[in-house]
Amino acid sequence: MKKRTITLIVNGETFELTVVPNELLLNVLRDRLHLTGTKYGCGVGECGSCTVLLNGKATLACMTLVVSVDGKEITTVEGLGRYDALHPLQQAFLDHSAVQCGFCTPGVLVTAKALLDENPHPSEEEIRQYLRGNLCRCTGYTSIVRAIEAVSKEAGF
Amino acid sequence: MSITIGKGIPKVDAQHKVRGDTIYADDYTVPGMLYGKVLRSRYPAARILALRTARAEHLEGVHAVITAKDIPHNELTARFGQSTSVGVQFEGIYRVMADQEVRYFGEPIALVAAETPELAEQACQMIEVEYQPLEGIFDPVRAMAPGVRQVAEKPQNIASHFKIRKGNVEEAFASADVVVEGAYQVPYQDHAYLEPESGVAWVDEDGTINIRVSSQVIEHFREVAEVLDLPHSRVRYLGTWIGGGFGGKEDITVESFLALLAWKTRRPVKLTYTRAESLLTHSKRHPFFMEYKTGAKKDGQIVAVQARLISDAGSYSALSPWVLLYATVNAAGPYHVDNVWVDSYAVMTNTPITSAFRGFGAPQVNFAYESQMDEISHRLGIDPLELRRRNFLRQGDSLDTGWVYDRPVAISEAAEVAWQALGPKPTSPNPQVAIGHGLGAGMCSYGRLTFLHDTSRSYIKLELDGSAIIRCGVPDLGGGQGHILCQIAAEELGLAIERIKLYITDSQLTPLAGTTTATRQLYMSGNATLKAARILRGRMLEKASGMLSVPVEDLEVQAGKVLSKSQPEKSVGLVPLVNRMSTEGEELFVESQFNAPFTSIPASEVIEGQIHPDYTFGAYAVEVEVNRETGALRVPRIVACFDVGKALNPVIVEGQIEGGGIQGFGYALTEDMKIEKGVIQTPSFAEYLIPTAVDVPDLETILLESGTGLGPYGAKGIGEPPMVSIAPALTNAIYDAVGVRVTSLPATPEKILMGMLAQEEGGG
Ligand code: FES
Ligand code: FES
Repeated sequence: MKKRTITLIVNGETFELTVVPNELLLNVLRDRLHLTGTKYGCGVGECGSCTVLLNGKATLACMTLVVSVDGKEITTVEGLGRYDALHPLQQAFLDHSAVQCGFCTPGVLVTAKALLDENPHPSEEEIRQYLRGNLCRCTGYTSIVRAIEAVSKEAGF
Repeated sequence: MSITIGKGIPKVDAQHKVRGDTIYADDYTVPGMLYGKVLRSRYPAARILALRTARAEHLEGVHAVITAKDIPHNELTARFGQSTSVGVQFEGIYRVMADQEVRYFGEPIALVAAETPELAEQACQMIEVEYQPLEGIFDPVRAMAPGVRQVAEKPQNIASHFKIRKGNVEEAFASADVVVEGAYQVPYQDHAYLEPESGVAWVDEDGTINIRVSSQVIEHFREVAEVLDLPHSRVRYLGTWIGGGFGGKEDITVESFLALLAWKTRRPVKLTYTRAESLLTHSKRHPFFMEYKTGAKKDGQIVAVQARLISDAGSYSALSPWVLLYATVNAAGPYHVDNVWVDSYAVMTNTPITSAFRGFGAPQVNFAYESQMDEISHRLGIDPLELRRRNFLRQGDSLDTGWVYDRPVAISEAAEVAWQALGPKPTSPNPQVAIGHGLGAGMCSYGRLTFLHDTSRSYIKLELDGSAIIRCGVPDLGGGQGHILCQIAAEELGLAIERIKLYITDSQLTPLAGTTTATRQLYMSGNATLKAARILRGRMLEKASGMLSVPVEDLEVQAGKVLSKSQPEKSVGLVPLVNRMSTEGEELFVESQFNAPFTSIPASEVIEGQIHPDYTFGAYAVEVEVNRETGALRVPRIVACFDVGKALNPVIVEGQIEGGGIQGFGYALTEDMKIEKGVIQTPSFAEYLIPTAVDVPDLETILLESGTGLGPYGAKGIGEPPMVSIAPALTNAIYDAVGVRVTSLPATPEKILMGMLAQEEGGG
């Protein structure tokens, strides 16, 4: 297969990569950039575990060919906060115990960020609708919805 | 004054989970790693006439192809940490790979390790398997008929058969004013954890096989060693933080495959299942076919329960005997019934393996007995809560095994609190939509079968600067199984939780703590940790007593110090105290073991006496809206109330109930695993529908704290119990709304609609 060189801006850092046309963004993030926070849960767009932000929009990395995102900005869970300062959503997920096994958490956090960037004060119904593509088998969603609501009520958001 | 107990302290593991930093099984790589792949059967029942691997072996980049003939011990008894042999009636068989015959669709036939996942896949396709299909046995009820082909060398295909014989049901039914009978059917359920089965294995320089794997049972290192015919000490499990288990990572998943491939190639090997592979091939919750008969007096007193339970034990027995035993013990539910007769059977078929799943036999029978209770309540015109209150188990009553339950039981309060919190039924604003309320109550054990003689160990060590290390072999599924040990140690030793470093789930470096199954870790490893902490605390108080000239009885531990209760100005900080202890040669570490109550193995198939250490009781009250035209269902409210004994961390406890409740919601309403002739037809999340955020309401949780549990500080286990009793609450609410009794789960709109149509016809 013909290789191609592309540029990805991931969590603010620029990477030049040589890729083959059928390489998936999910595998590039996990295997080549060692950003394993983004998860494989199904590989076919049905669980949301692989959600990343692509120029600010929630996108499934398992359904995205990496050549199609050449030059674009990608944010993964690792890029949400910093070591000394968690993103308010990350803090709220801790405070509301919205993390059980944590496997869905990166995708859910990234989706929640996209939601609040679009709509800073969503209703419970809007939160649930926005999360419909993110499966969580552990929490039953109650604590996740509460954590997102808490952030949306905080000043400055 | 409590330092950490009863507080909603964020879990230690959540800190790295929210950052995406947790290294789950598939997130780990080792230099020089190969990729494993499993070739699986395309038939549910067949003889393997020939298996040709030469072409695959010669493919460049392929390092190993393994089939059953290469495995030193391909078949063994499935053990889960217990050292006693409990007899064939109570043991399952674990077979690594199919040998000469396949018993289910997707059964492993060959293993490949290759340089890339693509090559491994290609090699699998180059392996030629010649099958001679056999007649498949798919229906467990039919499988018991005389003359039917045996799936697994069991007469009448029966793997296990248990009985309850309490009182005299015949007389009791004759004396009953009302007798209801019903047949109930519950389906497969898939655990559908978000993390597929995964692991990486490598062989150390000294020839020890290390398996870094997502597993609920690191004690399987022994079985893997036996598979390879190695000393137990040569196989080490390094468990990972687990991306969901629910019982599905209780049996061995990828570990034997990894060990075999790494041993043969002497290279590190990774194996991660695809989602479809996971859904198609890992164990499921047992479908049950149940016939129930319940007799009551006019005043509502239940006088007799008779049940015949048939579980589909699939193609290998795995944990089917134990699941059946749990169902048998739970068959009459949290009620006092003097006369109970149960016959239960686990029956082998050429269908997927069925084994452990949260609730472990309790949710199946709960659906049946709570449906029966609801019918009796309607037949006698007694309110559903009132009927149950007249029958709920009380301290000193006996379970169906005759075991006298001598601990307080808060089931009546739980049901009442949940029912009252739901409140009066609103009137529907839309005549097309009928509103119904339903109640479901239940019980679920915590701790393993007492005849397994369960133990757990935990180790705590104090550091000179007042920090501490805990080592405990507990696998953590996300329920706070590891974290809570930190809260317990912090409470007893006056430590800040951030200063505790926790090591878990390593079969060689952490003391073995037993399986994370059976809702046992808080009870078992919590108690082991509490015991260790209290011994250390005793040493601290002893030393402080000398330093402060205050008697030990007058001392207490607070955050970071030990002080006199009567003269609070007399105190010593943790750091000087620990340093003094060290200087004077006191041991700053303790390893403790906690033993559950031990009983002997049931002597016959009639099950009597104590089977579990204890039970957790709880109830759900739900509101449903049913569309009269379409059968479509909406569930606007779910209220759960459980007696958790003591909520050591209320937020974690609520999370267990919220998650378990919604898993039960899926079981009851949305998760429809279709199997045709032994082949699963729904191997994706687009076909097998677990609840999404829009399908479910906020689950309202109310905790009761009776303080009567066997766990630390009076806690009861809460991992599995929330899975029990939501399903009948929902179907009872459907009945309340539209008068349709759903007797087979899931309660789909089609079934509700068919029920309504049948009613119309019946009513003319
Ligand atoms: S892994 Fe991408 S949606 Fe499931
Ligand atoms: S926390 Fe486990 S899947 Fe969401």
